[in-house]
Amino acid sequence: MKPQESVTAFVTHETEEPIATTGSIISRRKFFKWLGSGLAVAFVWQDTTVLASPENATSVNKKNPTDQIGAWLHIAEDNTITVFTGKVEVGQNIRTSLAQVVAEELMVPVAAIQMVMGDTDQVPYDAGTFGSRSTPAMGSQLRKAAIAAREAILEMASQEHKINKNNLKLADGKILLPTGNKKLSYGEIVKGKQLVQIIPDNAAATPVNQWKISGTSVPKVNGRDFINGRHKYVSDMKLLGMLYGKILRPPAFGASLKAVDLTGAKNIKGVTVVHEGDFVGVAAPDLPTANQAIAAIKAQWKTSAQPARAEIFTYLKEKASGVQTGGRNGGGAKGDLKQGLAAADKTLQNTYTVDYIAHVPMEPRAALAQWENGKLTVWTGTQRPFGVQNDLAEAFKIPEEQVRVIMPDTGSAYGGKHTGEAALEAAKLAKVAQKPVKLTWTRAEEFTWAYFRPAGVIEVNAGVKNDGTITAWDFHNYNSGGAGIRMPYEVANQQIAYHPSDSPLNQGSYRGLASVANIFALEAQMNDLAQLANLDPLAFRLQNLQEPRLRAVFQKAAEAFGWGKNKPPKDHGYGIAGGTEKGGYTATCAEVAVDRNSGEVKVIRTTTAFECGAIINPEHLDNQILGAIVQGLGGALFEAIDFQDGKILNPTLAQYRVPRFKDTPIIQIIQVNRPDLPSAGAGEAPIVAIAPAIRNAIVDATGVKLKTLPLVPQGLAAHLKKASIQNK
Amino acid sequence: MELLVNGSKRSSKASPETSLLSVLRDEFDLTGTKYGCGEGQCGACTVLLDGKAVRSCRTPINTLQGKSITTIEGLEVKGKLHPVQEAYLKVDVFQCGYCASGMVMSTVALLNQNPKPTESQIIDFMNGNICRCGTYPRIVTAIKEAASKA
Repeated sequence: MKPQESVTAFVTHETEEPIATTGSIISRRKFFKWLGSGLAVAFVWQDTTVLASPENATSVNKKNPTDQIGAWLHIAEDNTITVFTGKVEVGQNIRTSLAQVVAEELMVPVAAIQMVMGDTDQVPYDAGTFGSRSTPAMGSQLRKAAIAAREAILEMASQEHKINKNNLKLADGKILLPTGNKKLSYGEIVKGKQLVQIIPDNAAATPVNQWKISGTSVPKVNGRDFINGRHKYVSDMKLLGMLYGKILRPPAFGASLKAVDLTGAKNIKGVTVVHEGDFVGVAAPDLPTANQAIAAIKAQWKTSAQPARAEIFTYLKEKASGVQTGGRNGGGAKGDLKQGLAAADKTLQNTYTVDYIAHVPMEPRAALAQWENGKLTVWTGTQRPFGVQNDLAEAFKIPEEQVRVIMPDTGSAYGGKHTGEAALEAAKLAKVAQKPVKLTWTRAEEFTWAYFRPAGVIEVNAGVKNDGTITAWDFHNYNSGGAGIRMPYEVANQQIAYHPSDSPLNQGSYRGLASVANIFALEAQMNDLAQLANLDPLAFRLQNLQEPRLRAVFQKAAEAFGWGKNKPPKDHGYGIAGGTEKGGYTATCAEVAVDRNSGEVKVIRTTTAFECGAIINPEHLDNQILGAIVQGLGGALFEAIDFQDGKILNPTLAQYRVPRFKDTPIIQIIQVNRPDLPSAGAGEAPIVAIAPAIRNAIVDATGVKLKTLPLVPQGLAAHLKKASIQNK
Repeated sequence: MELLVNGSKRSSKASPETSLLSVLRDEFDLTGTKYGCGEGQCGACTVLLDGKAVRSCRTPINTLQGKSITTIEGLEVKGKLHPVQEAYLKVDVFQCGYCASGMVMSTVALLNQNPKPTESQIIDFMNGNICRCGTYPRIVTAIKEAASKA
C-alpha cells in the first residue's frame, strides 16, 4: 500500500470547477452526461514538472496551463472502468500492459478495464506513441490515477458506512465490510455521485515487489478478435454511402503538375474528381471505378534531376552543414583528441554507411474521412492522433475542435506512422464528394510516399593502447541522426557530433532511430579495436565499460551464448555487440555460417540479453525483443531502398526483401528483470545490437570487415574473392 | 457470378477478372482477409480453395466456379474456434495481428495436407507469409501446438 499522506491529499470532494480536457474546457455536468455518473480521476501534470522537464514541455506544446491532464479513468455505476489515454496500439500490446497496471491498482481482473485510446474527442492530449515513452510515462500516470480512484472509493465507503478506512478490505473489485460478509461493488459506492478527483504527479505507486497483475503474462486483451478476423483495422472499415478514394501520384518526388486533363475521369458515372494545385484525386463508388478514373486522367509533370542511391553517401557528406552536439543527441567533446590519438599504440579510421530502409508495416496507410456539419472525423492509423488533428485543422483552416481523429488498433508502424498523409488525402476527397471516403494506400504507394529510415555516413577515428585502453574517439554521423551516438565506453579524449544533411528522400523516425546506425558503427569499431589490441572482444569491452546495467547484459548474453567456451566450427563465426537506448540495455551474441562457394551468410543463432527495469508483461516483452531482433535482421543483412531521379526502384515485396521464416535464426532471449528500477519501454532498444553482432561474427568467420548496412545484400562472394586476392 | 464462400452461395456483381480478395472484402464485407501487397508475396490474403491455400489477391473470381472458398470468418463455428485458432490464442502469438488471418489460414492448409509436419516442413510451407512484427518463432510454436492436438 502507498504512504498515508498521499492518500489524504486525494480525498474526494465535489468540485464545481470546470474540467480541462483535450484542449478545451468542459463543465462537470457535461462531463458526466457523457461518461455517466460515477467517479472520475484525472491525472494532472504539475506545473513545476512541466516547466522543469524539457521532455514534458514538448508534450504540452502550445497548450495552455490548465490543459495538462495526461490521462484519466472513470468508474461508472455499472462497475465499468474506463481508461482514457492518447497512446495508441500498433502491435506493441500497450493496450494490454496499461490495462494491467490499472487492474493491479484497482484489484480487478484485466477484462474489467475498457481502454479508450487515441480518439482526440475522448482522450486527453498526447504528443504521440513513440520514443518508448508509453510504459514509463503513461504507465506510471495511470497507476497513480488508479491508486487515487481506489483510495477515493475506500474513503467513500468509510464515510458512508462509518467504518474506519483501515478496516476495509479490497478484493476482486469489491469492498469487504468487517461486519458480516457484506461486499460492496465499486459501482454501488459511486452510484448517484458525480465526483471528480484531480491528482498531481507526486502520488506514490505500489512497490514492484507487491505487484500481482503487473509482472505477469496477461494475454493480448482483445487477442481473439485478431485470430478470427473480427478486428476492424481502418482499411476494413465502411460507412454508409462511402466512396473509395485514389490519388494520382506524380512520376517522381518533387514533381509539379504542368498540365492536366480531367475530362476522362469526370465522364465516368459516380466519380468525383478533386484537383488542388499538384493534388489530383478521385472518389468513386468502388475501387475498380476509382482506378479506372485515375487511369483516364492525362497529366504532364515537370520533374528534376535528383541523386541516385549510387552517389548518396558522397551527396549526404557534401550537403552536411552544421553540428549538433549535446542534449538529446549526446556526444560533445572532452579531453584532447590530438593528444589521445598521439598517445595510442594503434589507430583505426573507418567510414561506415547505412542505406535508406522502409518500415513496411503490413497494413499500408489507410484513412476513412467523413464531414458532418462542418466537423471532420477521420479514422486513420497514426502514432500521433493529435498531431494529425492539428495538421488537418491547419490544412482546412478550421478549429481543432472541429477535427476528430480516431485511431483503431493498427497494423503496425515501427516509427513509420507519425504522419497522416492518407488522412489528409481522404479528407480532401470527402469534403468535395460530400460523402465519406476511404483511402487505402497500395504497397507501392506505402513504399514510395511514406518516409524512410535515414541513410547516413559515419566516420570514426579511434586510438587504442596495447593494454586495451581506448585513448581517442572521434565519431561523426552525417544525416542519420544523433540517437545512440554517445560513447558508452570510457574514453578520456573524444569528439562526437551529428551533422544534419539534406536528404533527397523523405526521411523520419524508425524503430530505435539513428541508434541502429550509430551503434552499428560504434560496435563494429570496438570489435576491430579489440583485434588491434589482441584482446577478446568481450573482455576488451568490459575493460572499458563502467555502466553497470550495460555490463550486466553483456555478461548475461555472453554466459547464455557460451562466449569464450569453444571455437566456432569451420566457416562459422561468433560476434558480440551491445548498447543502450531509450532506457533499455541490450547485448547480443550471434553465430553465423558462411558458405565459401556461394558466399551465402546464414545467421545460425542469436542470444540477446535485455534489461528495461521492472518487467510488466514477460510474454509481451519477449515478443517485443523478438520482433526487434527479426526486424533488425532485415536492415542488417539485406534491406535497402534503391532509387534514382526521385523514383523508388524496388517498391514491391518481390524486390524489397524483408525477413521471412527461413531467415529467422534460433533466437534466445534473456530477460534481465530489475524490480528495483522503473519500467522503461522495450519496443526499440533491443534492435540496436543485432547488426553489429552479425557483422562482427562475419569478421570472426572470414576476416572480412564489412562497413555497410545492409551487410550482405548480394552475399559475401565478392568480398571473399577480394580478400583472397589481397592475401595472395 | 456465384461463389461458394464458407458454405454459403454468394452472388458477385464484380467483373470476372476481379480478384477474390476485393470481392471478399468490398462486396461481401468479409474483411478478415487482408490486403498486404497485391503481388502474392506476403500471404496476408490467404484463403482456402477446396482446402488448399491460395493468395486471394492473385486469384480472379472467374477461376472459382464450383470451388469451395473458406475465409478466416468460416473457421469459427457457432462461437467455437478452430483448433488452429485455439493454438494461436494459447501461444499469444501476435503483436499487430494484421498477418494473423493469413497465418492461420496457411496453417490450416498445411495441417490439412500434413497433420504432423516437422519444423523444417513448417518453415518451408509458411515462408510465403510475412509477419513484419517478427513473431515467426511463436507462430512455429503455435503450429506445433495445433499439430499436437490433431
